Amino acid sequence: MSQAANTGIQERPAPMSPARTTSLSTKALPRWAPFAFAAVAIALGVGTGIAAGWQSRTQWGLVSALLFVVISYVTTSVVENRRQAKDRLATSIVWVCFLLAVVPLASLLWTTISRGMERLDGYFLTHSMAGVLGSEATGGVYHALIGTLEQVGIATLIAAPIGMLTAVYLVEYGKGALAKAVTFFVDVMTGIPSIVAGLFILSIMLMTKTQPSGLMGALALTILMMPVVVRSTEEMLKLVPNELREASLALGVPKWRTILKVVLPTAIGGITTGVMLAIARIAGETAPIMLLVFGSQLINTNPFQGAQSSLPFYIWEQYKVGTDQSYDRAWAAALVLIAFVMILNLVARGIARWKAPKTGR
Amino acid sequence: MASTTPIDKPPAPPVALKRAGTKSGRVGDKVFLGLSRGSGILLLVIMASIAVFLTYRASIAISKNEGNFLTTFDWNPAGDPPVFGIAVLLFGTIVSSVVAMAIAVPVAVGIALFISHYAPRKLAAPLAYVVDLLAAVPSIVYGIWGALVLVPYLEGPNLWLDQFFGWTYLFDKTEVGVARSLFTVGILLAIMILPIVTSVSREVFLQVPRMNEEAALALGATRWEVIRLSVLPFGRSGVISASMLGLGRALGETMAVATVLSPSFIISGHLLNPGGGTFAQNIAAKFDEANEYGRDALIASGLVLFILTLLVNGAARLIIARRKEYSGANA
Repeated sequence: MSQAANTGIQERPAPMSPARTTSLSTKALPRWAPFAFAAVAIALGVGTGIAAGWQSRTQWGLVSALLFVVISYVTTSVVENRRQAKDRLATSIVWVCFLLAVVPLASLLWTTISRGMERLDGYFLTHSMAGVLGSEATGGVYHALIGTLEQVGIATLIAAPIGMLTAVYLVEYGKGALAKAVTFFVDVMTGIPSIVAGLFILSIMLMTKTQPSGLMGALALTILMMPVVVRSTEEMLKLVPNELREASLALGVPKWRTILKVVLPTAIGGITTGVMLAIARIAGETAPIMLLVFGSQLINTNPFQGAQSSLPFYIWEQYKVGTDQSYDRAWAAALVLIAFVMILNLVARGIARWKAPKTGR
Repeated sequence: MASTTPIDKPPAPPVALKRAGTKSGRVGDKVFLGLSRGSGILLLVIMASIAVFLTYRASIAISKNEGNFLTTFDWNPAGDPPVFGIAVLLFGTIVSSVVAMAIAVPVAVGIALFISHYAPRKLAAPLAYVVDLLAAVPSIVYGIWGALVLVPYLEGPNLWLDQFFGWTYLFDKTEVGVARSLFTVGILLAIMILPIVTSVSREVFLQVPRMNEEAALALGATRWEVIRLSVLPFGRSGVISASMLGLGRALGETMAVATVLSPSFIISGHLLNPGGGTFAQNIAAKFDEANEYGRDALIASGLVLFILTLLVNGAARLIIARRKEYSGANA
């Protein structure tokens, strides 16, 4: 861990002149010092925790972290000097930050996987919630899976072409006020909260007296997906070397064919990645589904009519029921959702690495 | 023939090529340009219509509202007369987001520095990858984790805060009850926005000109001094915009808040007390029972949230755009 810290510049003068080496190296702490500090801090933290009878392990960790920082600062400023002490203080704070962040995130993944495995099986994936009471340990996510796939599918069919065309416009044609405005508003659109996108479609539904359906949810997801696709496609198109475009144009190929046959195929790996990451993002959206799709316990394969469900909405529903059995179902569905999103992410990043455009540098 | 009259020959093929090429080319180019420009315009139209439709429905709701929309501490659009106001929601949204920022930004900068400057080389790349993956965890999963795991865990630390920092008023827990407070929401939001703030900050830290860092090292600076002298000044605007992107997320987060918070229509400075509400949480909680007018009222509160996030995100983007202009030298 601290090899990197100790191979810094301050050790390099050592072999240069023996006379200086002594004065520089006498006051250095050994390499294992941070480990020793950590061990002492954790021991003291746990000791205090037990002595004071704190229930929560979080407190033990916080006390240990604080002690670690204090011990390493004080020891270093005594043994070495103030500058080294500050350096070590910064190093330990950075390490503590990292550990602080890892704990909740690891806990999240661990809980989801361990709790989710309890209920996740073939039955859970192939049955709906029709006629299942909150306190019964049966039922499944089949209807929600269908809903998610259909809504996300429709959203992708609409958002991906529009997003890609917009990106082509921005990179290949875009100059002037319109392109600037589109760039800025795509950025702003990325930050629209999902519930606001839901409310927008809801206001249209209120005016046209439309009933909730999977399609309405998909439209809200489209709004959330488009800017993500635009941004990632744009980045990828910018990576395509200009020489390729120029070569194609010099051969007399019209611009639109150059874009379709040369530019897009070169960047297709990155574009696919971007679209898949966007799908992963919208697959986890709950708020618009809650407002627009209404939720259903039954299997409804028609996204254009009638209420549907979706995986994230199913988790929310089961959480609200509030029985042990429904919590189990919620965790199992959360595991399905996380697995879906993570697999999409991993595959997308795999494609990106595999098909990365050669930039010629 | 061709070889004997090289001067006469060349003009012929270009003419033929030009005719064939440009006709289909021109039509194709026009169609393609039209399609792509049309998509761009469609995006602008959507943004504009979001603003227009929300404003229209909100104006219907506000015109019938008997209370003051900005200062009323109540949400009862179904009542007679209908009374609702966003005071509590605005307060709760801002407080929970500020708590989230106060926790997430320093920690995220720490992690970003860890990945870019402290972690062993072999660890850095996978770590960055994991951080990016975590940004993909759906908010509802954070929500049930927050409600079922984090809330029970935080009871101890909350008592502790009350015991030692109760004198600050903010951490004075005057009501008993589980930790379904704005403070807990803030912690959960902080965990949720950590990945995004981290990955944007890391990108910026990695762009610091190598020469600046090496110059500092050559002058005998310790690692911390290198960071303070060359990395942080260079990355400051990037970190600010990253935090504002995170703030935008925190402001609009729905499910995580809806699962964790036990809502009430009061404004209290005691952050550890259960109660309060945020825009998005209120919409999620009140939607089921709302009639058409109630939905308009919720749309009105959504409009305020929309404007809030628009301002925050717009500001973040402007900072990034300004920064791009003068950091072009090292591209």
